[in-house]
Amino acid sequence: MYETNYHRASSVEDAVRLKSSAEEGKYLAGGMTLIATMKQRLAAPGDLVDIRHIAGLKFISVTGRSVRIGAATTHYDVASSPELKAICPAICDLAHHIGDPHVRHMGTIGGSVANNDPAADYPAALLALDAVIVTNQREIGAADFFTGLFETALEEGEMIVAIAFEAPERAAYAKFRNPASRYAMTGVFVARRDSGDVRVAVTGAGADGVFRHAGMEAALAQNWSPDALSGATTDPADLLSDLHASSEYRAQLVKVMAKRAVAAA
Amino acid sequence: MAKVKMTVNGRQVGSDCEDRTLLVHFLRENLALTGTHVGCDTTQCGACVVHMDGRSVKSCTILAAQAAGSSITTIEGMAKDGELHPVQAAFKANHGLQCGFCTPGMVMTADDMIRRHGANLDEATVRAELDGNICRCTGYHNIVKSILAAAQEMRAVPQAAE
Repeated sequence: MYETNYHRASSVEDAVRLKSSAEEGKYLAGGMTLIATMKQRLAAPGDLVDIRHIAGLKFISVTGRSVRIGAATTHYDVASSPELKAICPAICDLAHHIGDPHVRHMGTIGGSVANNDPAADYPAALLALDAVIVTNQREIGAADFFTGLFETALEEGEMIVAIAFEAPERAAYAKFRNPASRYAMTGVFVARRDSGDVRVAVTGAGADGVFRHAGMEAALAQNWSPDALSGATTDPADLLSDLHASSEYRAQLVKVMAKRAVAAA
Repeated sequence: MAKVKMTVNGRQVGSDCEDRTLLVHFLRENLALTGTHVGCDTTQCGACVVHMDGRSVKSCTILAAQAAGSSITTIEGMAKDGELHPVQAAFKANHGLQCGFCTPGMVMTADDMIRRHGANLDEATVRAELDGNICRCTGYHNIVKSILAAAQEMRAVPQAAE
């Protein structure tokens, strides 16, 4: 790891100030991606601003069906929250299958969302749940937030403080894990609301990162069952291809994972 | 270079280190607590697992500076008054190790999962919970057996888990 300067922020304002006064600063939450990347010398921020100790960034609040999760809330806390489990078990299940137990004790929802790894799990959930990403400056809809591979709508210095969404009537996440990295080789989050609105979001497969699957959404809006997806297709030209899976294989995985998710919802 | 202070195995410690120093190197090199191992250095193998404020974490992927002010327990802090911790005793009784390199991380992981799952810990859960720990001798059967035995022991004598 190259040299870096560590700063611990005591408040959101303090974090923004510390980062803006650094030349090449980065916010550090759980560090489960950032520290690992720095060790490989794939990232070398001159300054790290640790936001893990900021009071008020770790919380889960559920009011009726409105959910708000603080940015520094760990995957473990999301996975084991009884309040969340009562109205949106899908998000708990998703969090429970990120990384391994030790990674879940450190990694945070805000860090995962801000990093927008194309194989991360949370982006699929946020897109399918029509979540709002709350920053220190504004609120950004998930559809406008995830803009490409490791790219988001976050401006320089802007920091995620919370994630908010309305719990849907039914939802589930199905993931085909890479057995070594535990990242999604393909993950599909499905959500259906009382209004009949259906959303299907796919992670781990898209060449431009997380995406909604319009064809599957239309099929499921008509008939909410795994069989409704039998004729659904995904164009491999829009999908990732790497040593783990070809784009054709991923196209098939999208269908299988979507069916499993609908069956589980 | 800054002085990093934390509590390790119940003892207040402080030592100068670079901001980029990993917690595992701080423990091994600054504090000479070499029971915590570096296996893979890529956050996969779990040989470096310690407890930070009561939760299992991978000390090879945390800066010592991040851990400043926290309470750390390493494998050296498990045995009390010359008595093995019930998890250590179970690993010994059930031959839960072969070469022993992964064992400190396995023991710290086992204690964490037993505390979280209590009476609900079954074999399938143990195997799932070992997701972040690799035994390259592949001695998983006896590791699982040891953890289940320790869980039973710790249920029978809850104060021993403290």
